[in-house]
Amino acid sequence: MSTRAFNVSEIRKDFPILTQQVHGRKLVFLDSAASAQKPRVVIDAMVRVMELQYANVHRGLHWMSERTSDAYEAARDKVAAFLNARAREEIVFTRNATESINLVAYSYGRTALRPGDAVVVSQMEHHANLVPWQILRDAHGVELRIAKITDSGELDWESLEAQFADGKVKLLAITHMSNVLGSYTPAERLVAFAHARGAKVLLDGCQAIVHRAVDVQALDVDFYVFSGHKLYGPTGIGVLYAKREILEAMPPFLAGGEMIDSVSYERATWAPPPHRFEAGTPAIIETIGLGAAIDYVQAIGLDAIAAHERELTAYGLKMLAGIEGLRVLGSAQDRGGVLTFTMEDAHAHDIATLLDRQGIAVRAGRHCAEPLMGRMGVSAAARASFALYTTVEEIDALGEGLARIKQIFK
Amino acid sequence: MSSTAQELYRALIVERSKAPRFGGRPEVFDAQGQGENAMCGDRVQVFWQRGGVVRHEAHGCAILTASADLMAQAVAGKSPAQMAAMRGAFEEVVTSGMENPALGDLNALAGVAQYRARIRCATLPWAALEEALKEGQLHG
Ligand SMILES: Cc1ncc(COP(=O)(O)O)c(C=O)c1O
Repeated sequence: MSTRAFNVSEIRKDFPILTQQVHGRKLVFLDSAASAQKPRVVIDAMVRVMELQYANVHRGLHWMSERTSDAYEAARDKVAAFLNARAREEIVFTRNATESINLVAYSYGRTALRPGDAVVVSQMEHHANLVPWQILRDAHGVELRIAKITDSGELDWESLEAQFADGKVKLLAITHMSNVLGSYTPAERLVAFAHARGAKVLLDGCQAIVHRAVDVQALDVDFYVFSGHKLYGPTGIGVLYAKREILEAMPPFLAGGEMIDSVSYERATWAPPPHRFEAGTPAIIETIGLGAAIDYVQAIGLDAIAAHERELTAYGLKMLAGIEGLRVLGSAQDRGGVLTFTMEDAHAHDIATLLDRQGIAVRAGRHCAEPLMGRMGVSAAARASFALYTTVEEIDALGEGLARIKQIFK
Repeated sequence: MSSTAQELYRALIVERSKAPRFGGRPEVFDAQGQGENAMCGDRVQVFWQRGGVVRHEAHGCAILTASADLMAQAVAGKSPAQMAAMRGAFEEVVTSGMENPALGDLNALAGVAQYRARIRCATLPWAALEEALKEGQLHG
C-alpha cells in the first residue's frame, strides 16, 4: 500500500466542504464522530457510476449491469482487505451499523441463542448496541446483562468477570470505542476472554474503524460492524463482518429478491452468504462510494491518521483542562479523538448554539447513549470530535469560543 | 461573537437562567404539569395556584430556564384563558422572530426564531403550564 506523507493542509484540499463558511465564519467542523465529511474522490466515484455505467446489480445480462455488479463486488473485496477478513463472503452490506447489529440480533440471536442464554453489553453502548438486545430479550427470552465501566470510562474487568461467572453468557456485544468517552476497549483481550468461556463476540466498530487499523483475524472477533458515513464514505451503506461458518448457519433477516437461490409459490431456498443477507436492490452507488473511501483512507494510512489524531487529542485535552469549570467525561488511558465535556457556566445546548454562531460545529445532547450519560452523572454534554482533516488551529478556535461563552455567562 | 448570538443570549436571559426569580417548588399549589425534551433530556415542572401564581423547576439550558421564569412573571395574576392566549402569542413570537409589544419581557426570547432546534426549549415551559391548567380544570 503506497502511503503519502501526512500533511493536513494538503488533506484538507481533498474535502471540498471545508472551504465553506457558516454564519460568515470559516467552518470549523468538530462533529465528525456523528458523520464525517467526504473527500472529492468519494463524491467523484459516486457521480461517475451514475454518469457512466449505472444499472441494477446481479440482474442484467447487459454491459451496464455487469460493470456495475463488478464495481459493487469490488467494494466488497476492498472492505474484506481493509478488515483482513479471510474471505469476501464474510462481508455483508447493510444500511448502517444499526442495521448490522439488528441483523445479528434478529437472525443469529433468535436461532443460535436459546431462551435462558445471556447477552452481555457494557454501560457505554450507543443505543444501537443496546436496544436491539432489549428487543431480543423481550421477544426471545434471553437475559441481557450490563457490564459496568469505571469512573475513568474504562471497562470494569471485575464486573465483566462477574457477568460471565455462571456460564450462561453466549454473546458479548460491546463497543470497540465509545462515541462519548473516546475509550477503546481491549478488543483482543475481550475476545480471548469470551471465547475461553464459550461466548461469541460482536464489536461495534463505528468509531474505532475510523481511527485505527482493524484486523478481524488477529482479533479473532466473530462479528464486526461499522457505518460507511463515519469513515469518509456516504450514508446508506454499512458493513457486517462475520465469520463464514457463523453466517452460513444464519437464516435471512429480510426476504425478497437477491437473497434466494430458487423460489416456487410454496417455498424458497436461500442464497449463500453474503447475498442471503442482502435482500432487494442494495445501495449500489453508496457501496461504490464506500470502496472509494477505503481506498482514500488506505492511501493515507491508518497509522498516519492515528498518529495525527493522537496529537490532536492530547492537544485538545490539554486545552480543555485549562478552562475552569470544564469537565471532560472519561479519562481512559487508551482513547481516541472524541472529547465530551460539560461546563459549569453553560448548558451543552447553549454551548453548541454559541459555538455555531462562530462557525464551530460540535454535537450537544445525550449522544444516543442516554443510560451512559446517567452513569456519568450528567443529563447532557457537548462533544468535539476529530478527524484526519482536523487541525490544531481548529482546536484553538474551540478554546477561544469556549472562553467567549464563559464571558457571556460569567 | 456575532450579533445574533448576543441577540439571543441577552443579559436578561443569562440573568434569569442563572438566578430565576420564580424558581422552586412551592409548598402549596393546585396543579402541576411537566415538559420533557426527549432529544436532550431537559425537563421543566410548572406549578399553578389559583389566582394566577406560577412557579417552575427547570433543569436544562439557559433558554429553557429563562423562558420558564419569564413565563411565570408574565402570567402572574392572569386567568387560565388569558394564559392560554398568551401562549399562542408567545409561540408566534419565537417562531416568527417578530416582537409583540403586548408581551413585554417575553420578547427577549424572539431571537430563538433564528435557531430552529432551540424553539422547543423556549416553548416547553408553556406546554407544561397548559398541562397544569388542564389538571387544574379537572379538579375544578
Ligand atoms: C459507537 C456507535 N455505535 C453505533 C452507531 C450507529 O451508527 P449508525 O447511525 O450509522 O447506524 C454510532 C453512530 O453514532 C456510534 O457512534
